Amino acid sequence: MPVNVIEIRGLSKRFVIRKEKSLKERLVNFGRSNLHKDDFWALRDIDLDIAAGSTIGLVGPNGSGKSTLLKMIGGILQPTSGVVRTRGRLAALLELGAGFHPDLTGRENVYLNASILGLTRQQTDLYFDAIVDFSGIERFIDTQVKFYSSGMYVRLAFAVAVHVDPDVLLVDEVLAVGDEPFQRKCMDRIRSFQHEGRTIVLVSHSLDQVAMLCDRAVVLDAGVVKADGDTIDALRVLRDEFEATRRDDVERALSVTESGDEGTVASPWEARPRTEVTAVTVTTGDSEGTDATFAPGTDVSVAVDVTTGSPLEDWFLGIAVNDHLGQPVYGTNTRLLGVALPRVTEHARFRFYLPSLMLGEGDYTVDAAVSLATGLEVHRAVAAARLVSRTMGHSVGPVHAEAEFTVVSDGVSSGPSVETGAGRRATTR
Amino acid sequence: MNDTSTDRYAHLAVLPMRETLPPAGLLRGTWRSVRDIAAHRELLFLLSRRELKARYKDSVLGFFWSLARPLAMLLVYYVALGKFLGAEQVPGRPDGIPQYAIFIFSGLTAWQLFADIVNLGTGSAVANAGLIKKVYVPREIYPLSVVGSALVNFAFQLAILVVATAALGAFPTGTRWFYFPLALLVLVVFATALALVLSAVNVYLRDIQYLVEIAVMVLFWASPIVYSWSLVEPKVDGILERLYLSNPMTMVVLGFQRTFWVAGPTAAYPPNLGRDLGLTLAISLVLLWLAQRVFARLQGNFAQEL
Repeated sequence: MPVNVIEIRGLSKRFVIRKEKSLKERLVNFGRSNLHKDDFWALRDIDLDIAAGSTIGLVGPNGSGKSTLLKMIGGILQPTSGVVRTRGRLAALLELGAGFHPDLTGRENVYLNASILGLTRQQTDLYFDAIVDFSGIERFIDTQVKFYSSGMYVRLAFAVAVHVDPDVLLVDEVLAVGDEPFQRKCMDRIRSFQHEGRTIVLVSHSLDQVAMLCDRAVVLDAGVVKADGDTIDALRVLRDEFEATRRDDVERALSVTESGDEGTVASPWEARPRTEVTAVTVTTGDSEGTDATFAPGTDVSVAVDVTTGSPLEDWFLGIAVNDHLGQPVYGTNTRLLGVALPRVTEHARFRFYLPSLMLGEGDYTVDAAVSLATGLEVHRAVAAARLVSRTMGHSVGPVHAEAEFTVVSDGVSSGPSVETGAGRRATTR
Repeated sequence: MNDTSTDRYAHLAVLPMRETLPPAGLLRGTWRSVRDIAAHRELLFLLSRRELKARYKDSVLGFFWSLARPLAMLLVYYVALGKFLGAEQVPGRPDGIPQYAIFIFSGLTAWQLFADIVNLGTGSAVANAGLIKKVYVPREIYPLSVVGSALVNFAFQLAILVVATAALGAFPTGTRWFYFPLALLVLVVFATALALVLSAVNVYLRDIQYLVEIAVMVLFWASPIVYSWSLVEPKVDGILERLYLSNPMTMVVLGFQRTFWVAGPTAAYPPNLGRDLGLTLAISLVLLWLAQRVFARLQGNFAQEL
């Protein structure tokens, strides 16, 4: 069992927001200076252990304390109370090209940046060619970096960063930079880091990226840990939270527009009847409910119940099927289908038919959403139903196809080709 | 799990857990800081080089500009004070200062190094805000890199000074050279202590850097750089004299003059210059240690104040 590389106990961080800075202001306000202070707890009583070799994602809304936590692990900020203990070599990658000087050449900046990240001169000499090769900007390595395009700049910075040799890598929103081929290179590099047993602590707003890379996720909100554990579960908590926030915003926006028509300003927090998707039911063959198992090729139908407090006009209804990482694999709505929906005053039920649905092996969730003609999503029921596809295990990926295989020419015998796949058709039904 | 990762886990398992907060103890804290800085000496070197390279990067004359300033000052003082005000010893004016150009340049060379370290050092933490907020390296590195780049500038000025003494046929010899390393050491230690404290305080109170610029300008006249100690001596006595001489930079400037200003008479120096320089060095070393402790205390909140 790998040891812990990071141990955090009772960690809190308070920022004092002062509104004055100069000597004069301080002298004038001397003694009353408490009036000009505001306390802000960026982190409150965090306990966290991170085991060697794990890749952990810190996620949460803006201002939840993710970056602060990362900086405290890196020793850049000091805790107000509590302790952070680390072991092994630690490299913080909070900003690409921190320490790049615009007037120095790419070569000089590589040496400087590598040194900042903890490489010795000999090590940098050793890796220099690899770094330049990785960045793909050999031609400009002796040009001052102020003449670089922003893409070249981050490529070089990233190339340096991935050639440092840390046991623990702290990363803040800088994993995938540059164009698509370069991004793929970055991701491959991160995977090889994982394979080499390095620990990665990652702050990201890209939940897909976290789902793809991390084996554990910690959800922070307003400085406290909201969820900690398996990536998929933690992300589900966060997505629900985001959905609740988004819904509040929508409600507020709607109540403001409505009251605007009447010429009065209603409080956005005033309780008002909501429009929502109350239930999503999936039917496959003979099983029906919020949870259904099926084999690819079965007809699936999705029933959606909608309840509304105020009459719903000029709207459309949509569903989405997502894989276990929350990535959409299928979606449709009544607008795409060219169906006009009737006015709904209280309650209504609708049904989507998906004949012979060819989903690959795995767990899927079904979302349903009510949107207005303007595109404003009024309510989305996230992961309201679950679909499980069971196959014979002959394929991977979200799309299912009945695969067959033949050898067309074996490259040795000059005679007629031998069909080895004939008759060995894999069927899942 | 593969070999690389298993090896890494085994290696990590034997390492002790380290607190990110450096210990606050006076002696242990200093020891840890010194070791930390020593481990980053390559970075220190690279940052000093960055300072030098970046400063005059796109100018045609480049590095020459760092010498132009002291040479211009030399010219101004030599003409205005030496010739017009009559500070220089010429035939018919025996009470003037002999070899006035060498005299001024000895003092100016020392002062320029001091001013560079203190002025640029004060702004160094703020100037490196981008790095301080994003990467952890011992923050003493930033003021220290200023010391490094200032020393390089100083070396060039010193070379000019030495060549000038040789050209004028008054190359310093013998025991004169004893004063130079001692004075230089006092200068570097004392200026570094100031730079450490001021750079840290400047993060919290940006007025400091403007205050320091003015103070450095004023204090220039508190040391015998353009006038000689023999002009001051009759006008101060008792407590004032002791105050004037306890200025470390006065000691340093006198030490430089004792070495390079060969034409200078013995009356131009207070007695026991060597002993006093040694004493100043001891005090400066204590100041440097205290400065590092103050810096270590203040640097904890750098990242959030910048």
